[in-house]
Amino acid sequence: MAERPLSPHLSIWKWGPHMLVSILHRVSGDGMATVGLAVFLWWLGALASGPEAYDTFASVMGSPIGLIVLVGLSWAFFNHLSSGIRHFVLDIGAGYELEVNKTFSIVSVASGIVLTVVFWAMVLLV
Amino acid sequence: MSRSTLNRYGSKGTAIGQVRGLGSSHEGAHHWLQQRFTAIGNLVTVLFLAISLALLPGYDYATMREWASGVIPATALALMIVSVFWHARMGMQVLVEDYVHTPGNKFAAIALLNLATIGGAAFGLFAVARLVFSGAA
Repeated sequence: MAERPLSPHLSIWKWGPHMLVSILHRVSGDGMATVGLAVFLWWLGALASGPEAYDTFASVMGSPIGLIVLVGLSWAFFNHLSSGIRHFVLDIGAGYELEVNKTFSIVSVASGIVLTVVFWAMVLLV
Repeated sequence: MSRSTLNRYGSKGTAIGQVRGLGSSHEGAHHWLQQRFTAIGNLVTVLFLAISLALLPGYDYATMREWASGVIPATALALMIVSVFWHARMGMQVLVEDYVHTPGNKFAAIALLNLATIGGAAFGLFAVARLVFSGAA
């Protein structure tokens, strides 16, 4: 067993965009599955319970820490959406050429950030 | 890669050599497809939620409640709950399978995951139903 070639651990690889987009897809997805769904259920449950429960939710989420959580969750959604679309393209067998793959990875990460900014601009301005 | 490594790779004496060419062993393709189908559901319903929230004039109780108890938003929320919790369960399952290797712990983690996601979805659907059917609170 010891003589078989094993994949070296994370630390020896030079980071590339494709690695970043992959781990961000997992981080944003599992972040939403845990924190995101909890906040969503709290919002929905508070809304169904009445004004007092909703005000508690709104004051916590309107605090600086709450806003950081909400911005983080919105980024998680738009990032996961962008890299998810990248997955659909890869699923049809396209985008595996090294340069195309690298470009698409960078676009995917950038688009997650841009969409988050657009979303909050709409929240604040509309 | 040396020639001897290549030969060993293809031989029937190794674990991978024994399973090569047999197709999937469990329900991988089913899981893979369901993850994609629910991803499309999430794309539509969560975008609907995000855009609707961004366009709301305010985030106070009355505005939010009026929006959420409408027929189309409430339907979208209910569909979103099913799709999102299903997708989240599948994604978390992959996380567990990647990092939890002891069979007993893996079983416990998946059992806990099922309780959390099915329970969470049921709570969400109940909340939507209450919003829609309880009238003015």
